[in-house]
Amino acid sequence: MEFSQQQHYSPHTPAQASVSRLMLNVMLALIPGIVVYIIYFGWGVLVNIVLASFFALLAEGLVLAIRQRPVYTTLLDGSALLTGILLALALPSHTAWWVIAVGVIFAIIIAKQLYGGLGLNPFNPAMTGYVVLLISFPLEMTRWNPPLELAEQSMSLLEAFRYSLSGHLPAGLDLDMISLATPIDIARERVDMGMNLSAIRSEYSIFSNLSGIGTEWINVAFLAGGLWLLFRRLIDWRIPASLLLAMLTISGIFWLINPEQYLSPLFHLFAGATMLGAFFIATDPVTASTTPVGRLIFGAGCGLLIYIIRSWGGYPDGVAFAVLLMNLSAPLIDHFSQPRITGYKNPNNQKEHKP
Amino acid sequence: MARPHTFPGGLKLEGHKDISTGQPILKAGIPERLFVPLNQHIGSPAECVVEKGEHVLKGQMIGSVTDYVAVPVHAPSSGTVIDIQKFPAAHASGLPNDVVIIEPDGKDEWRERKPLPDITELDPSELRNMIRCAGIVGLGGAAFPTFIKLNPVGHKISTLILNGAECEPYISCDDMLMRERPHEIIDGAKIMRHALNAGKVIIAIEENKPEAIDSLQALADDLDWLDIQSIPVIYPTGGEKQLVKVLTGKDVPSQGLPLDLDLVVNNVATAAAVHLALDHQQPLISRIITVTGSGVRSPRNIEALIGTPMSDLIDLAGGYTENADRLIMGGPMMGITLKTDATPVVKASNCLLVQTPADHITEATTRPCIRCGECVKVCPVKLLPQQLYWFSQSKNLEELQTHNLFDCIECGCCSVVCPSHIPLVQYFRYGKSEIWKKEQETIKSDRARERTEARIKRLERVKAEKKALHAARAKKTAAGNDRKKEIEAAVARAKAKKTEGTENLDT
Repeated sequence: MEFSQQQHYSPHTPAQASVSRLMLNVMLALIPGIVVYIIYFGWGVLVNIVLASFFALLAEGLVLAIRQRPVYTTLLDGSALLTGILLALALPSHTAWWVIAVGVIFAIIIAKQLYGGLGLNPFNPAMTGYVVLLISFPLEMTRWNPPLELAEQSMSLLEAFRYSLSGHLPAGLDLDMISLATPIDIARERVDMGMNLSAIRSEYSIFSNLSGIGTEWINVAFLAGGLWLLFRRLIDWRIPASLLLAMLTISGIFWLINPEQYLSPLFHLFAGATMLGAFFIATDPVTASTTPVGRLIFGAGCGLLIYIIRSWGGYPDGVAFAVLLMNLSAPLIDHFSQPRITGYKNPNNQKEHKP
Repeated sequence: MARPHTFPGGLKLEGHKDISTGQPILKAGIPERLFVPLNQHIGSPAECVVEKGEHVLKGQMIGSVTDYVAVPVHAPSSGTVIDIQKFPAAHASGLPNDVVIIEPDGKDEWRERKPLPDITELDPSELRNMIRCAGIVGLGGAAFPTFIKLNPVGHKISTLILNGAECEPYISCDDMLMRERPHEIIDGAKIMRHALNAGKVIIAIEENKPEAIDSLQALADDLDWLDIQSIPVIYPTGGEKQLVKVLTGKDVPSQGLPLDLDLVVNNVATAAAVHLALDHQQPLISRIITVTGSGVRSPRNIEALIGTPMSDLIDLAGGYTENADRLIMGGPMMGITLKTDATPVVKASNCLLVQTPADHITEATTRPCIRCGECVKVCPVKLLPQQLYWFSQSKNLEELQTHNLFDCIECGCCSVVCPSHIPLVQYFRYGKSEIWKKEQETIKSDRARERTEARIKRLERVKAEKKALHAARAKKTAAGNDRKKEIEAAVARAKAKKTEGTENLDT
C-alpha cells in the first residue's frame, strides 16, 4: 500500500494543548472575579467587558483582513478577546464607550498587530491600552464608583449601558456620586497630608478589615481563579509566587518600620489589582520572561514596582506600569538567566561546538 | 534498590503498549523476496560482494566493509541473488539505497557454522571482531555499530547498562524479548561484560513492564554481577544520557559519551543478538519488530528476517484498518514516515506503527509562538526550545550554536506540548543541517582559499625562479662577453705581435 508521498515529521501525536483552549481557560478563571466585581460594584464592569470585547474583536479582525491573514481562525485563538476583557477589568466601572474604544483599539492595533500580532508584541497589550487611557484621559480614568453598599443609588444593567453609550445618568445620580478615589489613593493622599492610617481608616467608610469594601473579595476571587489555573498547570507558578512574595516582603518591611504610615502587607495583597495582576496580567507569556529563573526575577520586579508606584507614585494603582516596565526588561533578564544545560559544568553553557 | 535519580523535563505519555503484548512473538516465514539494503546504519555502507545470479547460503556475507564505522551485511536466508538495485530505504531522507534482492529457495540452508571455544577464553579484541563480523548494530533504533561501543578505549568500565526502558509509546519489542527470551539477554550480557571487562551489569526496565522485570529477575537472582533495576516511566528515560542520569545521578558531558563516566549503554535486544552471534554463530539476519497502532487490526510482535517487506508484516498483523493513513518506522515520538509498505525491514526497525487520522495532527494548525515556556519545562536537556525556534526561523546560525542546538536529542517533547502546534523538532533538524552545510562550505572555501594561496605562491616562486635564472644567464652572458673581449684582446695582441714580427722579418 502506498501512503502520502509527503514527508511527515515526528512526533506523530495528537494535539495535547492549544492556544485557543489555553485562552478559554484563562477567561473561565476570570469568571469568579468578575461575578464578585458585579456583586460589589454593580453592572458597570459587565458593560465594560461587553464593549471592550466587541471593539477588540472588531479591531483585530480589521487588521487581520488588511494584513491578509486568516481572520476567522485567528480570532478563534481568543487572544484579542482576552486582551479586551483584561483591559475592561482595569477600567473604572462606568466608563464612556469611546474611552473603551480608544484603549482597546490602541491595545490591539498599535501594541499588538503593528508588532506582528500574537506572540510578537513586546508589551502587554491590555496594559499598554490602559496606560494610554490613564495618561490621555486622567479624569475619566479616575472616576471610581463606590461599592454598592455605600452608594445611595446604583445603576441597573440597562442604565449602565445607556450611561456608557450616551453619558446619560439616570435620574437622581450625578457624576460626583460615581467619582470616588480608591482606598489606595485615599491612604496615600491622606498620609502625605500628615494623617496616620488608623485615623484614615476609621474616617473613610470605604476601608474594610482587610483593604477596601468589595476589592478584598474581588481579589480573593481572582486569587481563586488563579490558583485554579495553577492547579491545571495552565500558568507557571513562578511569576505569581515571586510577585506576591516580593510585595509581601517589601510592604512588610515598611509596615514594620511604621504601621501608621505604611499600609499593611495584607492590605496590599488584597487591594487594587494585585491578584488580577499577579495571576492574569504579569503571567502573559508573550511579554514576560521565559526562562525559569527569569520568571522569578520578572515576578519579583513586578511586585516591587507595584509597591513603589502605589506608595510613592501618583496613580490609582501600579500594576500596569510595573508590568510594562518589566516587559521592557524581559529580554535582558532572559539573556542573563539561561538555565545550565545538561552536560555542561559551567553556568554559561560555553563550550566549543563540534558537530 | 537505591532511589532512582531524575532527569529534568520529560513527559508522561500514554503507553499504548498493551495492544501489542497480548500475543506471543510470531515468527514470520521466509518472504517471497528479500530486499536487503547494503546501508543500514550510521557510517559507511557495505560493499556488495555477490553477483546477480549467484546462489547464497543463509548467514553468508553479501556486503563487506573496509571503513571503521561499518559492519557487514548477511543473507537472511538461502537463495539466489536476482538483482542488485536502488530501492527506497527506511531512512528519514527516503533516498534510494543499494539493495540486494534475494529469491529464497525455501531450504533456509545455513553456511558452515563452526562451534566456538569458550568465549571467556577469547581476547576482548577478538570478541569485538566477531561481533563486528556478525553485522551487529544497536537494535534500539539508532543502529550504531556495536563493536565500537564494546571498546573501552582505555577506560576501566565500572558498569555495563543494558537499556530495556523502551520509553517510547506503542513499542513493545524489547518488552516481549525480555518476557520470552531473558536467557538470551543474560548470555549476551555475559559476552559484552567480558568484551568490556566491565564490573557489573545493570538491566534497566521501566516500571510498566512487570512481566519483563520478573522474568529477568528470576534468572538474575543467582548472578552477583547482574542487577535488574526498574525505573520510573517517563519519556525519554530510554535516551542514553537520560538513562545514565536516572541510574547514576551523573550527567554525561555535552558532546561526550557515557564512556566518559566509565559506563557503556547497550540495548537489551543488542545483547541477545550478541549471544546469538557468538553462541550460535548466527549473524544479525532477523529482529523482533512491533507492528502496532490503530491502523492495524491485530497488533503484535513479529520476528522477521531483515529484508522482509513491511507489507508482509502488516498481513501477519491482520492487515490495515479502513482509515489507516500513516505508516511510521519507529515510535510516534521519533519515528519516520514511510511512503510505501514495500520498504524492507532493516536492522534499525524496532516498530512499525500504523496510524489513523485521530492519532496525529492532520491539517496545519500551527499558530504563532506565545512563549508560554511549556517546551522549556519538558526539555530533558534544559534547552530553551522557543529561543532556538526564533533563531531557526531567522536562520541565525550563530545564536543557534550559542544556545547549544547541538545538545538537542530530538526527543519531540517540546513539539508535543506546544499549544501552538509548532513542529519545533523539525525546525531544530533544519537548523542543524544548515549549520553542517555552512561548515562544509567553510571547509570547502577554506580549501579553495588554501589552494588559491598556494597557487599564487607557486606562481610567485616560479616567477622568482625564472627571474633568478634570467639574472644568472644574463650574468653568464655578461661574463661571456668579458671573456670574448679578453680573447679578442689576446687575439689582437697576438696579431699585433705577429705583425710586429713580420714587420721585423720584413725589416
